[in-house]
Order: sequence, then structure tokens, then C-alpha cells
Amino acid sequence: MEIIAEHGHILLILGCIFAFFMAWGIGANDVANAMGTSVGSGALTVKQAILIAIVFEFCGAYLAGGEVTSTIRKGILDPSLITDQPDLLVFGMMAALLAAGTWLLIASMNGWPVSTTHSIVGALVGFAAVGISVDAVNWGKVGAIVASWVVSPLLAGTISYALFLSVQKLVLDTDDPFKNAKRYVPLYMFFVGFMIAMVTLLKGLKNTGIDMDFGMGSKFLNCLPIAAVVGIVVALLGGWMLSRVKEDLSNTQNRFANVENLFAILMIFTAAAMAFAHGSNDVANAVGPLAAIASVIGSGGTIASKSVLPAWVLILGGAGIVVGLATYGFRVMATIGKKITELTPSRGFAAELGAATTVVFASTWGLPISTTHTLVGAVLGVGLARGIGALNLKVVGNIFMSWIVTLPAGAGFAILFFFLFKGIFS
Amino acid sequence: MVGTPFSNLFGQSPIKPIQQHIDLAHQCAMQLIPFIDAVLADDWDKATRVHSLISDLEHQADDAKINLRSNLPNSLMMPVDRSDLLVMVSRQDNIANLTKDVAGIMLGRKMEIPKAIATTMYEYVETAVETSAQAVKAVNEMDELLELGFKGRILDVVNQLIQELNRLEHENDELQIKVRAALFEIERDLPPVDVMFLYKVIEWVGELADSAQSAGGKLQLLIAR
Repeated sequence: MEIIAEHGHILLILGCIFAFFMAWGIGANDVANAMGTSVGSGALTVKQAILIAIVFEFCGAYLAGGEVTSTIRKGILDPSLITDQPDLLVFGMMAALLAAGTWLLIASMNGWPVSTTHSIVGALVGFAAVGISVDAVNWGKVGAIVASWVVSPLLAGTISYALFLSVQKLVLDTDDPFKNAKRYVPLYMFFVGFMIAMVTLLKGLKNTGIDMDFGMGSKFLNCLPIAAVVGIVVALLGGWMLSRVKEDLSNTQNRFANVENLFAILMIFTAAAMAFAHGSNDVANAVGPLAAIASVIGSGGTIASKSVLPAWVLILGGAGIVVGLATYGFRVMATIGKKITELTPSRGFAAELGAATTVVFASTWGLPISTTHTLVGAVLGVGLARGIGALNLKVVGNIFMSWIVTLPAGAGFAILFFFLFKGIFS
Repeated sequence: MVGTPFSNLFGQSPIKPIQQHIDLAHQCAMQLIPFIDAVLADDWDKATRVHSLISDLEHQADDAKINLRSNLPNSLMMPVDRSDLLVMVSRQDNIANLTKDVAGIMLGRKMEIPKAIATTMYEYVETAVETSAQAVKAVNEMDELLELGFKGRILDVVNQLIQELNRLEHENDELQIKVRAALFEIERDLPPVDVMFLYKVIEWVGELADSAQSAGGKLQLLIAR
């Protein structure tokens, strides 16, 4: 207890710095994957992608990032075992942040495919199992999280596959693809708006303190009409943007170039969805541990299991992501964008929407998953529908490797830092 | 940043390279017309110039083939079958190879085409080149096929192109029979070694049309996967 009282402020400041560093890393690397699809397909310039990412990453983090944050903060390890030693929790969370951040730095300098989510989960499990006790780890929850890492790419792939088939049927393989694109693309835009509004209404407004009740019986039914209205507004906006695109009949080389221009507009919307989804899931990796630290220190050294998530923590995380994006992420995004030009808008949107839907659902269930791996699954789904020229399946092997390597690496660093902090402060 | 798992996911699509390859092979085959013109006109200077152009184009096609092959690792997931694609490239490459062989042997031996078979021979070479042009048309549909996910009404378009390809090859076959028969009629009056090589040239021109047809036929297999 006296450690908290004595060093509380320093610990909190350190925690903020580590969390910001971690969020910076997420913004610098991860977001580029999420947004690179839109840049690569030519739907957005890097500048536009950054602007969309800044707005929607932040919205996603603030409005829908609560559930995953809570999982990272108190779902993976059981704090009830150490209620008499709150300092251990603070050291552990700081160690986890620093461990994940360090491992990510090493990995990205070497070009290894790693995920922030896996690093932080590995770090938390590592410090809890070794620093506290093996029983302190909520193995059931960890099992569910690991299972979700396998399920999420599969689910995203299935959705993208279905989306691409629907595009083939409704738009591409018709007499007048251009006309049909104008007719059906707003439908996908509606879905984007509806989904984001639904998730925000169901999960997000907790932080803003707005409450709604139309007396429809359940919260879900209450949200349904509002989300539908938002979806319609988004579709109308999209329809207006589509109507400004004129068919260029002089382009006889490829009669689908005009249709792709319409899908490029759709990709602006799906990119926003992707950024929102990414913010809602990945911000937790940085702010979850910080929230735990802040809660212990804020309550003067007690581990409260029912404390609310302070909004400033989410805002700090969102800001870190945005700064990372603005200082370094744009460069990564440009590199990725150059590499994936083969992904045309009619495919890119299917991949993005499939991935974003999956990630957003995972966020509402509080499951921390890897956005990048989900996106890989989504792209493979489009590939299975014979929509992409060539996909390198070695990447799938690399992803499996990164799961196997990152978990112990994160854990190892976390254990090291945990005992280091413990040695310094007590 | 060496690359992220996401950007590494994207390999080089073989569609554009395979289209470029057949385009080069066909450009090479097209030179057979000016070459035969020169031979019939007994203009060996011009024939030499055309031959070096053919040789150059054949080289380019070879490079394109090697480049394409080396960019097709086993780990690639493609909308088309890899081994079918490789066979298709080698058939396409044969178009250029046979063109070079024909021009090479005719120039090397300063072969003369007997007046009696000249018109039929000319027509024969023309249909072989037309067959190759038709194969290019079919292969050029591949980017649209990819755009549509190898499905739907585009398949009818491709099937029609391939039907026309088969018809041209058949026409070429008929002409081969005709030109052989015409040569047989006069072969007694010609130097035997020259006749032997004329038959060789006739055979190779036929193989050229065959290769073009076979490349286009592979396209159907690719679609059907």
C-alpha cells in the first residue's frame, strides 16, 4: 500500500508514457494495414486516408473501445487473488505495456509479422502466471481469446467471399454494370452506416452518458430504428457522391474501369468502417493496462472490480494512435499502398467490409483480435472467389509462426520487466 | 519496415505478364508475312533484316517467359491452376520459337519457294499468323475474366473467341494438306534436299498454328478449373 501512496504519481505518469508509446506503435504500424487497402486500390490518397483514419480511429476507440479494454484490464487475469498487493497489479500492467511495446519495436525493425494484440495478451498472461500465480490467469477467457484468433480470419473470409459473390451477381456480371453499381453500391453503404451506428449505440454511449429508450422492449430493438436511419443517411450521402461520377465511354480498353471508379467511392466508406473497427479493438491493447493502473492508483491502492473506465484513458489511447499515424504511419501506408495495387476497389471493399464487420463484432464481445490477421483472412476469402490475381500463402504460415513466437516473447519480456519494476520500487 | 504480413500477402498477378508474353510471341509471328514477302521477291537483304527483328522479338518473349515462371512460386494462390498456366506459357512461347525456326532455316539455306506453290504457301502462312492473332484476342480477355471472377456471361464471349480460333486452325490444316499436295506434284523436278526442307518448313508453320490453338485451348481449361 505504501508503495502506491509514495510513488503513485510517478507510476501513473510512467504508465501513461508506456501506454502512449504502445498506442503510437499501433498508429504507426497497424493502422497502415487497415487503411493501406484503400490507398493501394487508388480509392484514397495517403492524405485522405490519414484524415479518415484520424477521425474514425478516434471514434472507434472512444465509442466502442470499452469492452475490449475491460477484457485486457480485468478479463485475462483475476485481480481478486492480489487485493492485498495492488502494487503487483500496477507493476504487472506497466511491465505488460513495456514488454509488448519493446517486442513490437524489435519485431517491426526486423520485419517480422507480429500483432499488438498477441503481444499484449502474451505479456499479460506471462506476468500473471509467473509474477502472481498460474491460477491468477483466467484460462477460460484466454482460451476463448485464442480461439477467436482462429475464428476471426475465417469469419472475415466467409463474409468477404459472400460480399464478392454478391457484387458479381448484382453488378459485375450484368448487362450494364455501371448502372447496377449505382443502384446497388448504396446498399453496401447502408450496411456500413447501420453497423457502425448499431455498435456505437449498443456499446459506445456508456462513455458519453447518453441514454435512449423508445420503449421497444430491449436495448437492441431500441437501437434498431436509429441505426437504420443512420444507415439511410449514409446511403443517401453515398448515392449523391456516386451520382457525381460520370461514365467515361472513351475508355474502351477495360469496360470495368468506370465501375471500379464507383467502387472506389464505396471504399471511402469501408475505409472509415475499417478505421472505426480498428480503433474499437486495438486501442484496448494500449489503454487496457493503463486503465487498470489508473483505477488502482485513483482509488488510493485498492483493486476495485467494479470501477468505471475513465474516458480520459480512452482519449489518451486514441490520441496516441493518431500521433503515431501522423508521424510515421503515413510512410508505412504509402509503402503498403504501392505494394497492393492489384487489389481493385470492387475486391478491396469486400475485404475491408468483411474484416471490419468481424472486428467490430469481436469488439462488442470484448475479444481482442488482430485486425491485420482478420484482414488477411478477408482478402483470402475474395481470393477463393477467384477475384485476385495472386496471393502469397506463405503469409498464412508466417501468421501461425507469429502466434507461436509472439506469445512467449511477450510473456518473457513482461516477466523480466515485472521483476525489474518490483526491484526498483519496493 | 521490411514489409508487413499484409502487404506481403499480395503476389504479382500472372495475368498481365501472360498477356504481354503472348503479345510478344504474336508480334514475332506477324513478321513472317514481310519475311515471306521478301523471300518471294528474292530480296535477301530485307529477309535478313526481318529475320533479325524476329530473332530479337523471340528473345524478348523468352525473357518474358522466364520472368513469368520465376514469379510463380508454389505458394501462390491464384484464380487459375498453376500447372495449366505454365503449359499455356510454353505453348505461347512455341509460337515465337517456331517463327524463329522457320525464318532461320529459310534464310540460312536461302530457300526458294517454287512458283507453283507460292500462292497457297502464302495463304497458308497467313492463316497461321491469323490463328496466332486470334489466340492473342482470347488471352486478352483474361483481365476481364479476372475482374468478373472467371464467371458469368464473359465465358460465352471467350468460348466464341475460342471457337473462331479452332476454325482458323482447321482452315490452316486444310491449307497444309493443299500445299503438301501441290509440292508433291512438283517435287520430282526440284533438288531433293530443298524439297525435304520445304516439307520441314510446312510442318513448322502448321505447328505454329497448332501452338496458338493449344494456348487458347488452355485458356478454357484455366477457366474451368
